[in-house]
Amino acid sequence: MTSELADAPLEEIPTGVPLVQLKDVGKQYGHIIALHGINLKVGKGEVTCVLGDNGAGKSTLIKIVAGRHQHDEGQLLVDGQEVRLSSPREALNHGIATVYQDLAVVPLMPVWRNFFLGSEMVDGFWPFRKLSIDQMRTTAKDELHKMGIDLPDIDAPIGTLSGGQRQCVAIARAVFFGARVLILDEPTAALGVKQSGVVLRYISASAKSGLGVIFITHNPHHAYMVGNHFVLLNRGRMTLDCKYEDITLDQLTTEMAGGDELQTLTHELKR
Amino acid sequence: MSESPVATETPLADERVTKTSPLQKLLLRPELGALVGAIGIYVFFFAVADPFRSLDAFSTIMYSSSTIGIMAVGVALLMIGGEFDLSAGVAVTTSALTASLFSYEFSTNVWVGIFVALAVALAIGFFNGYLVMKTKIPSFLITLGTFLMLQGANLAVTKLLTGQVASRNISDMDGFGLADAIFASDFSIAGTTFRISIVWWLVFVAIATWLLLRTKVGNWIYAVGGDAESARAVGVPVVKTKIGLFMGVGFLAWFAGMHLLFTFNSVQSGEGVGNEFIFIIAAVIGGCLLTGGYGTAIGAAIGAFIYGMTEKGIVYAGWNPDWVKFFLGVMLLLATVTNLWVRNRASRS
Repeated sequence: MTSELADAPLEEIPTGVPLVQLKDVGKQYGHIIALHGINLKVGKGEVTCVLGDNGAGKSTLIKIVAGRHQHDEGQLLVDGQEVRLSSPREALNHGIATVYQDLAVVPLMPVWRNFFLGSEMVDGFWPFRKLSIDQMRTTAKDELHKMGIDLPDIDAPIGTLSGGQRQCVAIARAVFFGARVLILDEPTAALGVKQSGVVLRYISASAKSGLGVIFITHNPHHAYMVGNHFVLLNRGRMTLDCKYEDITLDQLTTEMAGGDELQTLTHELKR
Repeated sequence: MSESPVATETPLADERVTKTSPLQKLLLRPELGALVGAIGIYVFFFAVADPFRSLDAFSTIMYSSSTIGIMAVGVALLMIGGEFDLSAGVAVTTSALTASLFSYEFSTNVWVGIFVALAVALAIGFFNGYLVMKTKIPSFLITLGTFLMLQGANLAVTKLLTGQVASRNISDMDGFGLADAIFASDFSIAGTTFRISIVWWLVFVAIATWLLLRTKVGNWIYAVGGDAESARAVGVPVVKTKIGLFMGVGFLAWFAGMHLLFTFNSVQSGEGVGNEFIFIIAAVIGGCLLTGGYGTAIGAAIGAFIYGMTEKGIVYAGWNPDWVKFFLGVMLLLATVTNLWVRNRASRS
């Protein structure tokens, strides 16, 4: 209706085939190996968490799935078909929507213009095709209400909102337009406890409604609350790949913190 | 698909968010500072200069504003899109020279020359835009290069073809009448003569305003200027938008060039140097942010009007015209400081 994106309804995808799958994917920047041998998949109603410390290659991984960069090795499969995403637009057309750490919002533009940026609603005939401003303002406001955010002024520049509010606008936007696979790049990193809770609840609910979610984070506690599947990256390689059933929070935290390294550290700092 | 998975909660108003006052909203308008400045300058010259008060003077001021204003529209849009075009001033002369030299040398109807000039002007815009986008070198440098190239080519080609520094008079050539009527005619209201370029200027401002605020492309222009990487990430065609903006400047340079040509029937090949800054100044005085993402076409029009008033007002007041540039500099500084202050105030959360 309002968007030409996500035109493949969820029912048409055969069950069992992951929405997005990476097979032995690798990426080099010049002679720096950013990623190597990455295997990962996310299906309908699943949350796949990608964990890793700074510089582990999380951002590169997102950029490949989001169409900002292209992989050099391996295969990227969407609905079982091999694809190469040459632009974010192409990823969006496959129903892959991304919420970046930097949120991809334009600070000086009003909230509703940011909400619809790149997928504006228009009516009329060219050259008189114009934005459906009232409809966009109402829709943006309604969608944000659903996230539990009530903005006094939908015309306010988005740069004037708080970090949590901006995050919610960006996620609401991705859900509104993407609807099949949602990639979240550290959505809780800059948030307080309460606002993180809102975001996590939203992630869980999104998955229940049938979306596939790739949740990138460096917080094992947040990951463990919502994840079905955990992938741990370290220096561009996968060091852990397991299901929720096969791991405890303590194990995940230990793995995340570097296992042996943490033990050494605990020993050193013993008081 | 627009259904949000989270159950609708009763939205609670955040008690920390205060309502925006109407005054604050008004202050948010990018062109407000310029409007206040324009009224101030108008009142000032109205008070000190007798001849300034006549309708004839108003027509002259509007004409002077329009010659700057037409280009300022394109330059403002480009600046909102986050780029500069230093070749805009000489590109006007290049267009005028191309039209006149081409039709004269090949003895064609002037309309052939006019369309060749249009193609050349758009090509210059495309060249600027393409290079800026492909090399990622700041547009300031790329267009400084094209500025020098065009400045040199204007003089060299004219001398080569005509043996002098101006193009030949084309007023007796086929098609001149119609072109003259479109680009450089006069009309009269209440016994005062107005130049057609004033109408064109206002038309361009109206189109640009509509484009910026009411179309998809306008949304993209603000976005590519505000944060190109974010815009790209949500699917805005950044490269096409920016190249389009450079070509928009090219189109208006063509139009301004045609006005120049059909007003004087011949073109001085050294003309236009320095005007690029006047266009930029008009846009900045009008509230366009130098770093992009903010501003309006109406603001740029007010900026051009301030230029026109200052230029003519100082003459009407009987002062040395050398002061024009001085006043313009003062206006520019005031405008930048006001804009900064207004923006900081308005965006304080």
